[in-house]
Amino acid sequence: MIAILRRDLRLAIRAGGGFGLALVFFLIVVVLVPFAVGPDTDRLSVIAPGVLWLGALLACLLSLDRLFATDAEDGSLELMATAPVPLEGVVLAKAIAHWMTTGLPLALVAPALGILLALPVQAVPVLTLGLLIGTPALSMIGSFGAALTVGLKRGGLLLSLLVLPLYVPTLIFGALAAASAAEGQAWQTPLLLLAGITLGSLALLPFAGAGALRVNLR
Amino acid sequence: MSLWEFANPRRFMAFTDRWMPVALVLSAICLVVGLIWGFFFTPDDFRQGSTVKIIYLHVPSAMMAINAWVMMLVASLIWLIRRHHVSALAARAAAPVGVTFTLIALFTGAIWGQPMWGTWWAWEPRLTSFLILFLFYLGYVALWEAIEDPDTAADLTSILCLVGSVFALLSRYAVNFWNQGLHQGATLSLDAEENISDVFYFPLLVCIAGFILLFVGLVFMRTRTEIRARRLHALELRERMRDA
Amino acid sequence: MPDLGKYAVEVLSAYGVSIALLIVIVLLSAARAARVGRQLAEAEERADG
Repeated sequence: MIAILRRDLRLAIRAGGGFGLALVFFLIVVVLVPFAVGPDTDRLSVIAPGVLWLGALLACLLSLDRLFATDAEDGSLELMATAPVPLEGVVLAKAIAHWMTTGLPLALVAPALGILLALPVQAVPVLTLGLLIGTPALSMIGSFGAALTVGLKRGGLLLSLLVLPLYVPTLIFGALAAASAAEGQAWQTPLLLLAGITLGSLALLPFAGAGALRVNLR
Repeated sequence: MSLWEFANPRRFMAFTDRWMPVALVLSAICLVVGLIWGFFFTPDDFRQGSTVKIIYLHVPSAMMAINAWVMMLVASLIWLIRRHHVSALAARAAAPVGVTFTLIALFTGAIWGQPMWGTWWAWEPRLTSFLILFLFYLGYVALWEAIEDPDTAADLTSILCLVGSVFALLSRYAVNFWNQGLHQGATLSLDAEENISDVFYFPLLVCIAGFILLFVGLVFMRTRTEIRARRLHALELRERMRDA
Repeated sequence: MPDLGKYAVEVLSAYGVSIALLIVIVLLSAARAARVGRQLAEAEERADG
């Protein structure tokens, strides 16, 4: 499992594309928002938590369709399926690698982008913490979706259609925690619920993802 | 006679050949009687005026939209555990019917919301949950359409249905948490005091029966079509092999 | 025709849209059933003949 994780990370860094692309996409989304809603800082600071979460979510979605597809094309996915590691572990490792190359950097740059959107200072730690807690769920759900659509030729759009409704609870709790913190209200409850979703996804979805991969490899 | 006998497509075809017309005719009778009774012969509500008549469409379709998903969930589980093809095809057959019911529930909800809440669309928990349910249905149908091999498609959509059910439930509670609603409480409940009065209740029951029968009849019809399509596919393959 | 008061448009459009949707799904199902049935009959004839 660790070997798969290391291999994926090394591939991501060497190729460069996947690693930086999500970040640049996130930056562009955030920069575009003031053009769409106007430069009024009061208005921006109200919508900032939601926009940052939405941007992170879309950036996560962007790199998902290559998650298993490249491995399926060159046959290494079949090797992994016959390896001594259970396929569930492979799915989990892939999801973690995806998170380390997208979710983690996204969460770390979010405070800087928050300044662009006049995010209230007291919300910054909660937003970062929320993204750190919540993005693993996004990666895990996404890798399940990628496992479902790995056999399809043009799976990208279908993948988004399948994954986006599954993202709803994560987005609600994540954005709610950041927004509550921005308004100076209690933010602990949504954050805890968010952590619950992440832990639940990490515990159960590897089985669903591995099941889907087995069907697709048959 | 047990439920498992219908796992045999031939038995299923024989059974539905007899009962599908019965279900459809009965449902047509119930819907016509219930809707005419509700539309022409019930009084207006003192608060909601004539919009109360929308209830005869809204409540049954909303109920069946959820029940259709539950039926798909059960059918998917049966397919995953016992590998009965009829079950997988029934789940596939039910999805478009569920989409229709969800759409009706959304439309009637929005139309009813306009005079009551003063807006076509309120991001109100139950309405929002239905919108999310609609997205789940769309994803499910799209996945069925996208995969060519029928058994692979049945497996993957069943897995999606299981995971989707968990997340749909989660979304339901998340949405509740996110926005406390304007929706009225339960229209139908066992608690008599909360219940709506009998004048509205009986035509509503007839309409619900009509929607349930319509669902059953349509699922029978569509499942029969799917079974036939599967057989057609097999025959065409055999022809092509013989020609080659 | 009952007096629908000021909500006539809403009530009638709700009924119209819903009944139209129900008819659409029934017709679509019936059309596909008929088409597949016909194709199957043809294919079976070819298989026998």
